Amino acid sequence: MTIEQERNLPPRAGFLNGVIVPEQPGKNAIEVRRVRKVFGTGEAQVAALDTVSVSIRENEFFTLLGPSGCGKTTLLRLIAGFDFPSAGEILLHGQDIAPLPPFKRPVNTVFQSYALFPHMTVADNIGFGLEMLGKPKAEIKARVGEMLKLVKMEALSGRRTSQISGGQQQRVALARALAPQPKVLLLDEPLSALDYKLRKEMQIELKRLQHETGITFIFVTHDQEEALTMSDRIAVMSAGKILQVGSPHDIYDRPAERFVADFIGETNFLKGTVVSKKSGVATVKIASDAMVAAGFPDSFEPSGEVTVVVRPEHADLIADAAKGTVAGTLSNVVYFGTDTHYHVKLDGGDDFIVRHQNSRSSAVAFEPGAKVGIVFEDGGARILRD
Amino acid sequence: MADPRTIDIKDQPGFRTIAIICVGVLYVPILILMVFSFNTGSLVTRWEGVGLTWYGSALLNEEFHAAAENTLIISVSATIISTICATLAAIGMTRVKPWRGLSAAFMVINLPLMVPEIITAVATLSFFALIAGAFGLNFGIGNLILAHTVFCIPFAYMPIRARLEDMDLTLESAAADLYATPWHAFRRITLPLLVPGILSGAALAFIVSFDDFTITQLVAGPGQTTLPLYIWNQIRRPMTPEINAISTILLLVSILFVSVSFLIARRRSK
Repeated sequence: MTIEQERNLPPRAGFLNGVIVPEQPGKNAIEVRRVRKVFGTGEAQVAALDTVSVSIRENEFFTLLGPSGCGKTTLLRLIAGFDFPSAGEILLHGQDIAPLPPFKRPVNTVFQSYALFPHMTVADNIGFGLEMLGKPKAEIKARVGEMLKLVKMEALSGRRTSQISGGQQQRVALARALAPQPKVLLLDEPLSALDYKLRKEMQIELKRLQHETGITFIFVTHDQEEALTMSDRIAVMSAGKILQVGSPHDIYDRPAERFVADFIGETNFLKGTVVSKKSGVATVKIASDAMVAAGFPDSFEPSGEVTVVVRPEHADLIADAAKGTVAGTLSNVVYFGTDTHYHVKLDGGDDFIVRHQNSRSSAVAFEPGAKVGIVFEDGGARILRD
Repeated sequence: MADPRTIDIKDQPGFRTIAIICVGVLYVPILILMVFSFNTGSLVTRWEGVGLTWYGSALLNEEFHAAAENTLIISVSATIISTICATLAAIGMTRVKPWRGLSAAFMVINLPLMVPEIITAVATLSFFALIAGAFGLNFGIGNLILAHTVFCIPFAYMPIRARLEDMDLTLESAAADLYATPWHAFRRITLPLLVPGILSGAALAFIVSFDDFTITQLVAGPGQTTLPLYIWNQIRRPMTPEINAISTILLLVSILFVSVSFLIARRRSK
């Protein structure tokens, strides 16, 4: 990909081709305002969404990430119109669509099960939305042709959907949802049924489609790796709430809460007490009486008992235990090929994992049972809300 | 399929003997009936030679023609009406928000399966006698069509409902998502996918109506003899193998419809 192509892309925040693109105030495609969704009545009431607000920008690849039951699919269904919010508004380009039935919303969905119509051909499936919109036959035919080309399925347009493979069904489902040129495309865990290799291919394919069509994608997944690699921004959800919205970098490097740090990637947690605070950095005394300097989010004033988090790759082992920020005994060494995990029992009793990137020259210099010190990268330790 | 708990039924002691007895009890009488339809003699119990004599006489028999015509009119009408009712009922009970009395409605629809047929027959007879007496209404052959429709509905309803319940609801969501109004989603997605269930239900309804005896016997008026009634009347006279020939024809029609129903059901499960 050349720089030329890059210039034509719509402005967006995020991480493109290794370059961080600064956030630019764009127009919002979807605004979710204080939406609640309650299932059941009386005692059995469950709030699947507990007063959620989020804005999704135009042309953005936005991911709703969370464990099953966190409300991400419920939010998607509310935007699609398959369910209606108990309270709150959902704005599409400023217009409240929350009370509209799904067939009146310029929003299309790619279903987890694809939901292709089994009695129709691939081409008829793709043309269905346009047909329902009352488009002229010639236009439908041309657009279906374009879509088939976009998802590279021209050769199979006359097939029944039961006669094509899972990966091909996935492409047809995408083409069918993109054909009516929706303002927003909703994707409900569309890759979960594919095997690993095909999933990787489709991740790249989805990014390409989003670039080429310029349509806002809202993607639901429980796979943190998928979310990190594909998204412009991610909303991390848990128990019906959005905990944090940010770029993959923000979410990974500056998680706002303990749940976010725990859900995305591996993290070490150290319990401790705040001793002093100075310009965004607190000194925390942890179990082994070691002092750790830890940053914290602006929105939050740590005091008393806190949890310090350190990513395994933001720490390194040193042989001289006395020089380490914390010290302990190496209990296990696990070799992963690309990197090695060192499991350390800290002097205070906590477990700690250090991840070391392997290179040709690096030899395993530490043996289980050795006393080791651990040093943190600058800003590697952070205090999080529990 | 190497499940160690699976027991091969063929290894059970006495399986073969019991199976042969069961199949024999079920099918030997029918086989004898069919064999004797090719008898050239005039007695149903003494074999004289092979021929199609009695098929010829059955096909030329005016009374048989009239009975066959009545049967077809009644069965086809009852099948069409009951299948439409059953389809609407199945949709109303699977594709709408649960409503008060849903399970009661389910019971009412299936009740004709549980009530002894003779009770339904007597009740239907008294009902028609009552409205004939009170309002002077008599629908002629319509009485029989109405009576048949009622007991055909649960038979048509079962496969249609099963098909609706098997159907992936996200297909209808997908149609709505692609701008199809509820009517268009039904017309373009639900109905075409429901066709195998409807055909299967219709075939069952037809067969049930086609060979009904008890209710028809009580409700039928003069000149409304159906095939089962015709056969019944014939065996009260000195019997000839003509009755075997007619029964065999009836049996073949039944087998044809059951096979169609089965094949459709099998295709749908693929």
